[in-house]
Amino acid sequence: MKITKDEVKYVANLARLNLTEAEAERLQTEMADIIAFADTLSNLDTEGIEPTNHAIRVENVLREDENRPSYDRDALLNCAPAKQAGCYSVPKVVE
Amino acid sequence: MHFEDYEVIIGLEVHAELATKTKAFCGCSTEFGSDVNTQCCPICTAMPGSLPVLNKKVVEYAIKTGLATSCEITRYGKQDRKNYYYPDLPKAYQISQFDMPLCVGGYVDINKDDGKKRIGITRIHIEEDAGKLLHDVIPGKSLVDLNRCGVPLIEIVSEPDLRSSEEAKLYLEELKSILECLEVSDCKMQEGSLRCDVNVSVRPKGQTTFNTRTEMKNLSSFSAAVRAIDFEAKRQIEATKAGEKIIQETRRWDDAKGENYAMRSKEEAQDYRYFPDPDLVPIVVSEEQIEEIRKTIPELPSAKRERFVATYGITDYEAGLISQSKPMATYFEKCVDLKETPKTVANWLLGDISKTLNEKNLEPSDISVSPEDLVALIALIDKGTISNTAGKKVLSIMFETGKTPDVIVKEEGLEQVNDGDALKAIVEEIIQNNPKSVEDYKNGKTNVIGFLVGQTMRASKGKANPQMLSPMIKEILDNM
Repeated sequence: MKITKDEVKYVANLARLNLTEAEAERLQTEMADIIAFADTLSNLDTEGIEPTNHAIRVENVLREDENRPSYDRDALLNCAPAKQAGCYSVPKVVE
Repeated sequence: MHFEDYEVIIGLEVHAELATKTKAFCGCSTEFGSDVNTQCCPICTAMPGSLPVLNKKVVEYAIKTGLATSCEITRYGKQDRKNYYYPDLPKAYQISQFDMPLCVGGYVDINKDDGKKRIGITRIHIEEDAGKLLHDVIPGKSLVDLNRCGVPLIEIVSEPDLRSSEEAKLYLEELKSILECLEVSDCKMQEGSLRCDVNVSVRPKGQTTFNTRTEMKNLSSFSAAVRAIDFEAKRQIEATKAGEKIIQETRRWDDAKGENYAMRSKEEAQDYRYFPDPDLVPIVVSEEQIEEIRKTIPELPSAKRERFVATYGITDYEAGLISQSKPMATYFEKCVDLKETPKTVANWLLGDISKTLNEKNLEPSDISVSPEDLVALIALIDKGTISNTAGKKVLSIMFETGKTPDVIVKEEGLEQVNDGDALKAIVEEIIQNNPKSVEDYKNGKTNVIGFLVGQTMRASKGKANPQMLSPMIKEILDNM
């Protein structure tokens, strides 16, 4: 399987990663290897096996609509790199 | 708005926040208006290792809506991840349903002036809401409030069956009244409980294939949707006439400016890379469950409308307006149960009460006057204790103070003067003060009676019984 450098850059952009040319080149080979590895699954004989959407045979894992206490705000905000006025703070996203 | 040689094709995606107590995948409260980031936990803020568990009510409400809109319940639902980066979405994916929604293939009937029209519903699926961004608090920053993040939504996708912004509005209103009636969503527009995306394309009349469409997302009021559709239809028609090609794109609607614009291609680049969420297992719905849910569906607005016309003899127009809002329909029937004439109740509800609600920007659920008090007020007018004009004044005081009508009538001294002698004294004074009117009357201008009735009503501060005034004034004038 061949991965082009443009494909690497496209995926990087979707993941909001900035790559240098050298990194993009390295990842071109690595991504191709990863996909080739995953592709070994295609060698399995799946004749007669029903397709499924999930790896385990479990259905309907549901909970009642009952309130549980929320977390302490500061405890949650402390996990973020920047906070302000009780909120997560990010660079302005609208022009 | 209608466009001469062109037809407008509209499809709507309506997002309704579900009226559950807790979020879709965690036990945090969904209550609106709490302090920022106080209804959050590791699940809805996407802490590594946290696992979502679906709220049973979300499935129930989606199926309930599906049944009420004649959808087929698929009985097998899968949940997928829709991947995109935005600061209001901490997981960087939204849990939604891609190719296996809970409901497919239904419809909603809308009532147009020239009859019913059936609007197809492609599908109804469940998903979660994103958080809220606050842009104007700190310069150069956007603040993120995740209280709304993970609140359950249903998305109702229509077929491209709508042909004008008027039809779109009727469809949205009908859908809103169904959702309110089912109590699956509170549909509070000002709180963002109901939002829609519109897809618009145009084609020359007579053409049967569809042209390229554009999309406008997140319109938060029906009137904004109407304006956005009309603007976009006009833009596409003008572009087509000028020989330009319509490209498939998302355009942002600026309701304040009343125009839309193409978003930069980078920000609209969409590749959601849907895939089944491995944290969530399939939803399998049994026949018994569906029947249980079916039993909880109350009389729907369209059925109510027909029953109101047949049972209470009000017009289809009145019945349409009243049945559209569940609180108003309930209010109406409570008054009728108290033995009030349906037509009179309808007049008050659609007249002064609706007017007051509009002025105060309130919903029918906010009517602060009890049905008992309204019926008591109508009785005071029927008995002749107060005039209709005074009745309107009493109603507005009832809205303000919550006092009962008889107390207000006493406090404000609004009892109608039915005493012939007392009225006669006022009338005679008015006639004396208006010699010109007397002259006009003698010259055959009988409409001066109306003027004199008005003057008398004013002089009596609205307390004179208007029914007694006309004949009395006529008699006096004739004898002069």
